[in-house]
Amino acid sequence: MGQQHDAYFVPAKSYWPFVAAVVMFTTVFGAAHWLNAEPGDTGFGKTVLTIGFVGVLAMFFGWFRSVIRESLAGSYNSQVDTSFRMGMMWFIFSEVMFFGAFFGALFYIRMFSVPWLGGEGRGVLTHEFLWSHYAASWGADGGNGPQHVGGAFHTVAAWGLPLLNTLILLSSSVTVTIAHHALRAGHRGKILVFLGLTVLLGALFLNFQAHEYIEAYRELNLTLHSGVYGATFFLLTGFHGLHVTLGTIMLAVIWFRVLKGHFNKDHHFGFEAVAWYWHFVDVVWLALFMFVYIL
Amino acid sequence: MSHAATHDQHDDHHGAPKNFFQRWCMSTNHKDIGTLYLIFALTMFFIGGSFAMVIRAELFKPGLQLVQPYFFNEMTTLHALVMIFGAIMPAFVGLGNWMIPLMVGAPDMALPRMNNLSFWILPFAFTLLLSTLFMPGGSAAGGWTMLPPLSLQSSSLAYTVFAIHLMGISSIMGAINIIATILNMRAPGMDLLKMPVFVWSWLITAFLLIAVMPVLAGAVTMLLTDKYFGTNFFNPGGGGDPVLYQHIFWFFGHPEVYIMILPAFGIISEVIPTFSRKPIFGYKAMVFAIASIAFLSFIVWAHHMFTVGLPLGADIFFMYATMLIAVPTGVKVFNWVSTMWGGSMTFETPMLFAISFVILFTIGGFSGLMLAMVPADFQYHDTYFVVAHFHYVLVTGALFAIISATYYWLPKWTGRMYSEFWGKVHFWNSVIWVNVLFFPQHFLGLAGMPRRVPDYNVAFANFNMISSIGGFLFGASQLIFLGVLIHCVFFSKKRAADRVWEGAKGLEWTVPSPAPHHTFDVPPVIHEGDLAHGHVND
Repeated sequence: MGQQHDAYFVPAKSYWPFVAAVVMFTTVFGAAHWLNAEPGDTGFGKTVLTIGFVGVLAMFFGWFRSVIRESLAGSYNSQVDTSFRMGMMWFIFSEVMFFGAFFGALFYIRMFSVPWLGGEGRGVLTHEFLWSHYAASWGADGGNGPQHVGGAFHTVAAWGLPLLNTLILLSSSVTVTIAHHALRAGHRGKILVFLGLTVLLGALFLNFQAHEYIEAYRELNLTLHSGVYGATFFLLTGFHGLHVTLGTIMLAVIWFRVLKGHFNKDHHFGFEAVAWYWHFVDVVWLALFMFVYIL
Repeated sequence: MSHAATHDQHDDHHGAPKNFFQRWCMSTNHKDIGTLYLIFALTMFFIGGSFAMVIRAELFKPGLQLVQPYFFNEMTTLHALVMIFGAIMPAFVGLGNWMIPLMVGAPDMALPRMNNLSFWILPFAFTLLLSTLFMPGGSAAGGWTMLPPLSLQSSSLAYTVFAIHLMGISSIMGAINIIATILNMRAPGMDLLKMPVFVWSWLITAFLLIAVMPVLAGAVTMLLTDKYFGTNFFNPGGGGDPVLYQHIFWFFGHPEVYIMILPAFGIISEVIPTFSRKPIFGYKAMVFAIASIAFLSFIVWAHHMFTVGLPLGADIFFMYATMLIAVPTGVKVFNWVSTMWGGSMTFETPMLFAISFVILFTIGGFSGLMLAMVPADFQYHDTYFVVAHFHYVLVTGALFAIISATYYWLPKWTGRMYSEFWGKVHFWNSVIWVNVLFFPQHFLGLAGMPRRVPDYNVAFANFNMISSIGGFLFGASQLIFLGVLIHCVFFSKKRAADRVWEGAKGLEWTVPSPAPHHTFDVPPVIHEGDLAHGHVND
């Protein structure tokens, strides 16, 4: 705001939004069909899902390619840049609220539903009538509820891989910031090194996360079925991991765009948007580390 | 400012493209996309309305009359989902799309391609949702709130959940677009506190949408994993709690209620000043009232859950917080009345709908206050009293505002006047039959008739029959609306002036009627007389 605009900019027509709607529909239709299929009849849904997913990737590629071309052709004025920035900020806010739903579920379960099942408070009689043997606790002893759904399990120790992953993500936030400063100073070599490092750290994080999941399933018997502990653990860390994956891919794309010289020190919204996204993913991890692993 | 780049890229600078696919499927034009939204909403309004007709036909007499109970439950569930996500919300987004750029002097929405995507997701999402009706096992039938464990029994849950995900993505993108348009695309001189109230109401609504649609996505995702992936979020045996779903759902659901009424407040705040030929009374109070209602909407969700066994302290907190909402809402109602006070009023169709909105929405607000009281709610909960309450705020509230807005801006969209006579016929039929339809439901609820039942005690027979008759005639009255629209768009000979209504203020009346395909290629210079509120600073 605050600047004067000589003329407004409205982008030309594009078929990408319509394509996007079609491939999104294809993807979820395939996924729903797959989930609902009779046992032994999974072919159709999976095929449609795969086609849809490939379509989504192609759509992102095509849509972003056309936007990048327009941007390089100098079509976008500073007002468009501001619109993009607002769009990204509010998108990240919506992501915050999405994680908020799952964190809210975690807090509610730990503060209310598990203690109530254990007999705390006088309003809830479930304990008395159904599971009077259940001593409420979180973690390995009571986190899978009075029916011990999924069987006995162990929790992931916070001070092993999760701590390492915390350090990795924190360092990646530092490296992406160094790259940002280098971009503003115009040192392309330095950007490539530090942005590349960020991508590698992201990949390393995902690698360790995968190890952690494998260990949880094989050694600890901590699975998606391990009561509400397993549900909150895997949904929270899983959605976070999904976002790290997305962020790493976006960072890698930006790395290639830096290599091709798409950005200059005044004009690099794409870089900043991804950097914001990366910091957001980092902050979510800190909350996860605190509330899922440590406490 | 760095622009070697302010040339614009229209290949269609002087009008709409002739090619059908290019014009409607590849659009970056806020007016065309707004039109698509409005046509989609009207279609969904009639589909959802036909579901309501099935419900009222079944309830015409006690005993199972026409349909099987499961099909009845599908109808109540889909009626709600279609009307909320398919009719009311897209209609508001369509109105916002059409009018916000015109009202703030912008050439288009801030992110026009994303705007097109927001729209085109919707037909696909509703195809997915409605296709479940034809699947083995049927559609979701546990109510639109989809409370577990009942909703987990639906065999087509995955389709419903993904349809809701798509609608959520569409709404979030639409809301981001509206915020970016309002904050970034205003013409110089259109300060925030000079914007029309409708624009303000949409700015705040868009914030609510971005804040709560992701929460709904999270809630239904947990349903999905509980059903298909063996998680235990809502299973007490595994440490979960079905009430958790209700908390998350209503944390979305209550702001959602205001998402469906705040733009209506905005519309009424445009229509009443125009036909009273006075500026709105207490402009800033109106804006701050909308903002306070939006804030309060985040801390009242558990008033939908008084009977689930919350701790007493929670019940009391949510009761008082809910009653607090009556204060800013009362400010609005009094300001609308004060705007009319002493004005030289005329009663064209939009004004008639607006006045009936003020009266009938207030009835819905008062029954809401009754429901807010914990001890009373124990009696009213899940009865037809609740049904009557939310239909007074959604039909005579949100829907009447949308209809009012349609009559108000239709001449601007089409360049032709609608038939005032048939508009009034539509109004009087709607306003009479809607009360015949919903007012008796208060009595049914107070007498104890539960909602979502295909059969009922014979003691409720008379009021149900009256309500059904009102329902059929209210439904039929909307065909008059359809006729008026078709006549206006295709056949009307009467040209509309640029400033269609004598007392209308605001930038949208400075452009020709019909509004040309592109307006405001350069930021308009705003004159004192164009502004609905405030003064031009030099």
